[in-house]
Amino acid sequence: MTHFNEIGSYCLVLAFSLSLGQALVVAAGQTKPLRGLARYAEGLSLAAALAIVISFGVLIYAFIRSDFSVVNVFEHSHTDKPLLYKISGAWGSHEGSMLLWCTILLVFGAMITLRGGGLPAGLKHKALGVQGLLGAAFVGFTLFSSNPLWRLADAPLQGQSLNPALQDPALAFHPPMLYLGYVGLSVVFSFAVAALIEGRLDRAWARWIRPWVLLAWSFLTIGITLGAFWAYYELGWGGWWAWDPVENASFMPWLAATALLHSAIVMEKRDALKAWTVFLAILAFTFSMMGAFLVRSGLLTSVHAFAVDPQRGILLATILLMTSGAGFTLFAVRAPTLSPGGLFAPVSREATLVLNNLLLSAALCSVFLGTLYPILMQALFNKTMSVGAPYYLAVFGPIMIAALAIVPISGLMAWKRADLKGVLQRLMASFAVAALAAAIGAILYRGPTLLSQAEYMVGLLTGFWLILGSLRTLMQHLDFRLNRVGKALRRLPAVPLATWGMLFAHIGLGVFVLGAVVESHQKLSVMQSVAIGDTLKLGQYNLTFKSLYKQAGPNYDAQGGAFEITDAKGKLVCEPRPQRRFYPASNQVQSKVALCFTPLDDLYIVMAEPQMAADGPNAGKASWQVRFFYNPWVRLIFLGPLLMALGGVFSLCDRRLRLGIVKKAVKA
Amino acid sequence: MKREQAPTLYSSACRGVLWLLLLFIPLHAFAATEKDEARARLLFTEVRCVQCQSESIADSDAQIAGDMRREIRADIAAGRTDAEIRKELFDHYGDYVLFRPRLTLSNLILWTLPLLIVGVGGVFMFTRRKNLVESTQYALSDDEENKLRIIMKKRD
Repeated sequence: MTHFNEIGSYCLVLAFSLSLGQALVVAAGQTKPLRGLARYAEGLSLAAALAIVISFGVLIYAFIRSDFSVVNVFEHSHTDKPLLYKISGAWGSHEGSMLLWCTILLVFGAMITLRGGGLPAGLKHKALGVQGLLGAAFVGFTLFSSNPLWRLADAPLQGQSLNPALQDPALAFHPPMLYLGYVGLSVVFSFAVAALIEGRLDRAWARWIRPWVLLAWSFLTIGITLGAFWAYYELGWGGWWAWDPVENASFMPWLAATALLHSAIVMEKRDALKAWTVFLAILAFTFSMMGAFLVRSGLLTSVHAFAVDPQRGILLATILLMTSGAGFTLFAVRAPTLSPGGLFAPVSREATLVLNNLLLSAALCSVFLGTLYPILMQALFNKTMSVGAPYYLAVFGPIMIAALAIVPISGLMAWKRADLKGVLQRLMASFAVAALAAAIGAILYRGPTLLSQAEYMVGLLTGFWLILGSLRTLMQHLDFRLNRVGKALRRLPAVPLATWGMLFAHIGLGVFVLGAVVESHQKLSVMQSVAIGDTLKLGQYNLTFKSLYKQAGPNYDAQGGAFEITDAKGKLVCEPRPQRRFYPASNQVQSKVALCFTPLDDLYIVMAEPQMAADGPNAGKASWQVRFFYNPWVRLIFLGPLLMALGGVFSLCDRRLRLGIVKKAVKA
Repeated sequence: MKREQAPTLYSSACRGVLWLLLLFIPLHAFAATEKDEARARLLFTEVRCVQCQSESIADSDAQIAGDMRREIRADIAAGRTDAEIRKELFDHYGDYVLFRPRLTLSNLILWTLPLLIVGVGGVFMFTRRKNLVESTQYALSDDEENKLRIIMKKRD
């Protein structure tokens, strides 16, 4: 059976050669005598994708079989692991995740060939050439420095198992989703570079890249949300976002892709913002690669970071600098020759979208600075410093609030020239209701300082404003009148899917903002050492430690506490059972959080290791450090981004994107 | 007999929305916590647990985080201001402990660049828009230019 692994290794080499070939035929095809060669890039991209899929399939198969003759399987798997975590172990390490990255990269390259029927041949082949070059760089890096199919001479009988914190459904799917997003942006990058080489950037180009941006953005949204959800309920600290450098590394491409999504719309509709859109296209993938680099460089210490290896970090940094450096250089040379677009009136939808791009860029800049400043200070001046949540709240927060505030206005504005007064009048009612709700919320909330009270109110206002303003946009589309509700409802199916997509994305954003604001301001927590029979009080809830129990899992032994939560009236709310799981394979203990589902709020209980109290009321008795959180509206934080990603999918399904209308228009 | 005026759809919808909103506000969480404790908790989020991986002392259950929390609570009880407590932490542990970087010369870019981008970008947009609007009438899009070229060729 072990010959399978050799097929995988062989296919990896093959994928590298084919990708290199793909880039070379396109390069050769740029000379006159060899012009005909470029079209072979199409076939090569398909072959390369097939080869890498086989290679990745072999790795997964080795994990399923627990073939410990493969070093990567030996280091990250164990025969006792449930099947899902055996499979997800294939991308649980640096090497395996690099192969996943390459697989997605080459498959997307093949998608350019398969889905690019309507593209002009020159652009398509140049994009394939760039994609081939990226493929060769990343597959080469994987093959020569991080080969996950590397073998051991003598296969051990048992593996070292995967870090228990990674054995979780959310984290099994987090990397593939995130990488589909990261690497989806590579296609946009390739198209940008190809168009710059061609020297042709028009509205059609903006339309071609839009589905790719949407696809990448939707996956990135889901990937980041899964990561946040995992951090929330697996790490046991009660939070979901720590502005940790690695989290930021995934957030930066998202912000760039969000800006790109909006500027591409302006370019498509108004033939403006060309240079800016192409700049963002290069920037977005640069941030993707930077994310991949930061996680692996050893520059950061984080729960999400891979094992440290400076040499691989330097190699990745070289790939990053060369590819995006080439992209930006090309941009600098070609951008002045682009026909100047950017023609629009100050009060128009495109103007609001430009403002949105400006604010998103500033927000992106703050995340970028906050992430890299400590690293730079350390490297240049040997000074240690920290940048954390308070910085982002102070700098990123207001900029983002401003960006969100213009969303409903933008949605109601017309292209070319709009009537600001009319738009504001139509939004009056939405604003009034949002303000009222925010005011009620702020009165009911007693913040520790006036500032936090104000923050809370502005946050609620923003969330409600986004939701109600988006609904107002929908009413506009339906020509909604109170005395003709039926007529308006009958127009529902006529609303284009792209519009639904926009509405879902913006409403999702509002839902997320509400969740984040309420959770961060009203969260309660208590941490205390409790013995059996003790009761912890938090807000209106009482948590009683009833008994201990033991449970044998598939690859762990759990010791857990049976708790009972009652509300102020003594009514039973739920019976949470947090656990401490001991994984003998890796000799590690993992705390398992217990969550009580109330419709919007979470009650969150996590147990630490037992200790014997030396004195105090529990002297001589075993007690457990228990953390008990009340996280109001936390569900919305995860629901909101899912709505946003759903919006992205709706937009993707819009007929206008699927049909080559632009192609027809050009022909006509 | 006087008929009672039926509530309009609009007003009942508004009322419905309001009730809905009220329902969702988690009332039970508004039990008054002491101002001091709330202040302490706000401060905890600004202080890095010096022995943990990028965690604030509010989130960490490490021993040292507990000690630091206790110290800050004691400081607040002793009547110190937030600024004094931050200063004391800085003197003791250096910049590393503060998740809110101090506003110093070397941190100037960190604190001001994002806002500078908004400012400069805004000014740029505002000053350039006039000539942009004026030129709108005359510019052709790429497609139009292509068509024009084809027409011109036909004429030749």
